[in-house]
Amino acid sequence: MSTPMLEVRDLHVSYGGIAAVKGIGFEVAAGEMVCLIGANGAGKTTTLKALARLLPARGAIHYNGHSLLHRPPHALIGEGMTLVPEGRGVFARLTVAENLDMGAYCRRDRAEVGADLDRVYGMLPRLKERAGQLAGTLSGGEQQMLAIGRALMSRPKLLLLDEPSMGLAPIMVQKVFEVIQSVAAQGVTILLVEQNARLALSVAVRGYVMESGAITLTDTAPALLDDPKVREAYLGE
Amino acid sequence: MDTFIQQIINGLVLGSIYALVALGYTMVYGILGLINFAHGEVVMIGALTALTVIKLLANSGLPGVVVVLLGLLAAIPACMALGFTIERVAYRPLRHAPRLAPLITAIGVSIVLQQLAMIFWGRSYHAFPPILPTTGRDIGGAHIMDLQIVIVLLAAAIMAGLMLLINKTRLGRAMRATAENPQIAGLMGVNINTIISATFLIGSALAAVAGVMVSANYSIAHYHMGFILGLKAFTAAVLGGIGNLPGAMLGGVLLGLIESLGAGYVGDLTGGFLGSHYQDVFAFFVLILVLVFRPSGLMGEKVSERA
Repeated sequence: MSTPMLEVRDLHVSYGGIAAVKGIGFEVAAGEMVCLIGANGAGKTTTLKALARLLPARGAIHYNGHSLLHRPPHALIGEGMTLVPEGRGVFARLTVAENLDMGAYCRRDRAEVGADLDRVYGMLPRLKERAGQLAGTLSGGEQQMLAIGRALMSRPKLLLLDEPSMGLAPIMVQKVFEVIQSVAAQGVTILLVEQNARLALSVAVRGYVMESGAITLTDTAPALLDDPKVREAYLGE
Repeated sequence: MDTFIQQIINGLVLGSIYALVALGYTMVYGILGLINFAHGEVVMIGALTALTVIKLLANSGLPGVVVVLLGLLAAIPACMALGFTIERVAYRPLRHAPRLAPLITAIGVSIVLQQLAMIFWGRSYHAFPPILPTTGRDIGGAHIMDLQIVIVLLAAAIMAGLMLLINKTRLGRAMRATAENPQIAGLMGVNINTIISATFLIGSALAAVAGVMVSANYSIAHYHMGFILGLKAFTAAVLGGIGNLPGAMLGGVLLGLIESLGAGYVGDLTGGFLGSHYQDVFAFFVLILVLVFRPSGLMGEKVSERA
């Protein structure tokens, strides 16, 4: 197997002396959709924040073969790694169109950005209808779509998705996941963090199960769906 | 009636200057959540820098307007360098410190700058040389000088330019995004430090212009002029809703009008007991009223809705 796109080894993250992530390791190959599942407080979001350099961490994070551990957070998007944060993080006082522009902040290829904007609007027509509206006036589901659309405007190679289903009505969750699948189908590598294990495993190729800051189980998604421990702990059976 | 019109004119002039200074307070607050109490001193240093150049060139034979413009052109980069340095040296190391630390530091910076200015420019009042035309025109029994017209129009043009910058450019969009959520703006590739520096540079340039305006309008400048002016502009920013740019402009103009009308009528209202030198009372009375009845200011937003 060639070098994975993202390789994490012995990652430790702590909040003021309390260890939240305790030496985990995992990898994501180019073109793969991998999910990280686990209960609330297992350390999933902390892991993503450490990858995005929002939290100080120890260990090794290699992206396309080089270390990310000492890069500033604003440098990552230029290298093709984009985080869609937990709680969406849209700029409520900017319009939908301005939010999408912010996604392309680091890009200088204006013509290509225009083409990508058309593509995002084509995929998420609701955003086009609301282009001039303040993002804070959108519903939660629309904001999630906007957060994903904004990330796509950066032309990510690796998309980190943090709890995209959180706080959404079931019908919206379904729509958001349709969008995620079509993004994956376009060849974008995705690391998906989800509490909704069934949903995450139904779209991902492989999965890692996280428990109290450690990875306790890893397998292909169908195998995890059949695993009795996973079924009992995360699928409510 | 002519007192009324005259005081409206004076209030507009004063208010335009307050507005330019208030924008500096509100922009920094919007992005850092910090009241930059040293901002008034930047205005003072702008005024004294310009005045030094103007005094040097006053007898050079150049037209007065050109001399003042040259003074302004010296003050703007000087203030921008000063504002940039203040942020780098005093505030950046305290970015993640408890909020009280940068606030106290700001007061400290203010005192340091005032003392340095006193050492450099002396304790005396510096008169603005009479090189500007004193022509004016009469409107409804009131008199407005051409200089005052220029001050109001220039301030309006600068503010319009600033709104365009903030609302229509890539830098402005990044500034608004950073003001709303610096962490997410960083994820979008915005270098927060660059944006903060840009904010200080812009605010300081506005302060330089305001400093020259205020010294030209009152024909005087001195090392402690920045303190009360800064406090009033801060009041204007709070009145408009701190963090809100149109609010700072509205607050500045309103405060100028309130103060000037107050000064014009306080003698009549109190039967001569209080004179027009009590005008400062009005600004701070307004500040107290705003803090009591509408702490978020006239155009201030409620706590931002974050999903």
